[in-house]
Amino acid sequence: MRFIFKTDYDQDIRLAKHGGHVFWYGLLMVFLLTAPWLIEEYWLAQLTFVMIYSIVGLGLMLLAGFTGLFSIGHAAFLGVGAYTEAVLSAQGWPFPLSLAMSAGLSAAVGAIVGLPALRVKGIYLGIATLSFGFIVEEGLARWESVTGGNAGKHVKAINLFGYEASSNEAFYWICLVVTVVCTLAVLNLLRSATGRAFVAIRDSEISAQSMGIHLARYKTLSFMISAALAGIGGALYAHKLQFISPDQFNFLQSIDLLLMVVIGGLGSIHGAFLGALFLITMPQLISLGKDYLPDAIGQAPGLQAVVYGLVLIGFVMFEPMGLYGRWLKIRTWFQLFPFYRKGMFKRQKSFQKSDRLK
Amino acid sequence: MQELQVIFSGVAQGCIYGLIALGFVLIYKATETVSFAQGELMMLGAFCGLGAMQWLGWPYWLAVPSALLAMGLVGWLTERVAIRPILGQPAFSVVMLTFGIVYVARGLVTMIPNVGTETHAFPAPYKDVSFDMGGVVIGATQLVVVAATAGLCLLLYFTFRYSRVGIAMQASSQNQLAAYYMGIPVKRLNGLVWALAAMVATVAGLLLAPITFVHANMGFIGLKAFPAAVVGGFSSLPGAIVGGLIIGVVEAMAGFWLPEGFKDIAAYIVVLLMLVLKPNGLFGENLRKKV
Repeated sequence: MRFIFKTDYDQDIRLAKHGGHVFWYGLLMVFLLTAPWLIEEYWLAQLTFVMIYSIVGLGLMLLAGFTGLFSIGHAAFLGVGAYTEAVLSAQGWPFPLSLAMSAGLSAAVGAIVGLPALRVKGIYLGIATLSFGFIVEEGLARWESVTGGNAGKHVKAINLFGYEASSNEAFYWICLVVTVVCTLAVLNLLRSATGRAFVAIRDSEISAQSMGIHLARYKTLSFMISAALAGIGGALYAHKLQFISPDQFNFLQSIDLLLMVVIGGLGSIHGAFLGALFLITMPQLISLGKDYLPDAIGQAPGLQAVVYGLVLIGFVMFEPMGLYGRWLKIRTWFQLFPFYRKGMFKRQKSFQKSDRLK
Repeated sequence: MQELQVIFSGVAQGCIYGLIALGFVLIYKATETVSFAQGELMMLGAFCGLGAMQWLGWPYWLAVPSALLAMGLVGWLTERVAIRPILGQPAFSVVMLTFGIVYVARGLVTMIPNVGTETHAFPAPYKDVSFDMGGVVIGATQLVVVAATAGLCLLLYFTFRYSRVGIAMQASSQNQLAAYYMGIPVKRLNGLVWALAAMVATVAGLLLAPITFVHANMGFIGLKAFPAAVVGGFSSLPGAIVGGLIIGVVEAMAGFWLPEGFKDIAAYIVVLLMLVLKPNGLFGENLRKKV
């Protein structure tokens, strides 16, 4: 059991709350810095994917987990970022500039979709983003002069002011830097007044409004930041795959992204990373498990979908706080041993909570 | 004349959208949850009908009611097993849960060996009949869609207007708590609503099957029913049908007059415009939350 004696107001918003945080995150950082020498090339590539998805997850987490809005078309922003990066890097823009442009363009598109859509509530935003996602996918497929249409588009290696980052390691380093910067940015945002405004909107729009929070402005802002992060993720994604086509940014990709943040644990930054880890390792686990199943089940094409669906249903029903929530429970169990009670993380049902009103 | 034909096929397609949207609205009104699984229920329903006819060898008139019954049971079970335990959780959880159901349903159907990955023609008895009405050729499949939708709407209207269960459903959709205090078994009703929504989706699936084909991905059409529900104003049953018709006709006309590609996104453009201009839909009530 650790007791933190607070002697300073700054302690409330400090990123590393105590020595344990410093130690463990330091260790994680050391691992990530030495990973290219520690693990095989294949796993390094998977780790890169985890980081790319985490960036997108961070954006979606900010939107869904911290502002309480959800987007069923986030793959569209991923696509906008990816295609911007592809076009700009083909024209020889240096990577930092084109990355900033991808983020900026995604954010701008996010603002255009968000402004009208955010005035409506809950499910309408979901449907608006869903519609927008389909329109972007179709647009990417039809605007052949820029995007290459359904035939897809090749993406050149990263050009860092003349240096070609074409090796896996070089790309890993770039992803690592971008991920760390994005994570710190989001963490900082969340402890600022803006971040707290987001959380206030999530918890109750009416009370947030009566505290003087301009709902439309903050919702749009959250939407833009989320879209920008998705754009950054998309840019890296394009470089990672080196080939992009519109169907990589379809509806199912959007659902995968949502699944990632829900399974990771809505409302926690860790959740974005755990979710990305889940999304990348799950197909591997399934293909490992395939051999132990009878052929009729193991080799069937729908197996992965069924497993994803069941895992998702299981998490929503039994562990709504996701993987991070499960970890919190385990940690608390050890911290409080032997005083952990079953009901400590019990959800409170809110039957009265209703979106429609008399 | 060609225009008339295009519009009529749009109407028929719109009826399908409307029926699926009707399921959304039924569930939304009753449990205030948005079910993304409606399209998948439709797909399962079509497969049920197909299975009864092709592998059990039942005649059409027997296959249809048995598919309806089976899917009603599936809907009821879904509510009982998956939805009811998380009642009272944030709407977003339920939405994710229905996505889970989508994944499972589609995956399970794909997993059926030799059946799931193929497209099947649906052997409805009226399949190849068509009528020539003064130059406009109309397939019986489309006529049946329109007629069946109209019939179903009338049936639902009378159920909600006059029957005990229907009135109870209306009451519980207006105010669950008050309805519960009045002695209406709200939980059991919610199960019934899911069963009803699944059955309506099955009707849509069985009507759509002879026009297109039966395959594991036909549930995607459910995503086009969302715009229909929004255009009609997410909480109105007649609105769902009208919204479906609007979406269907707009889509058919976009496919006819506009360049290629617009047909697939016409529905989504309409819904975005609708959200900007009139977010509550054509028939929605403008309600504001008060403290």
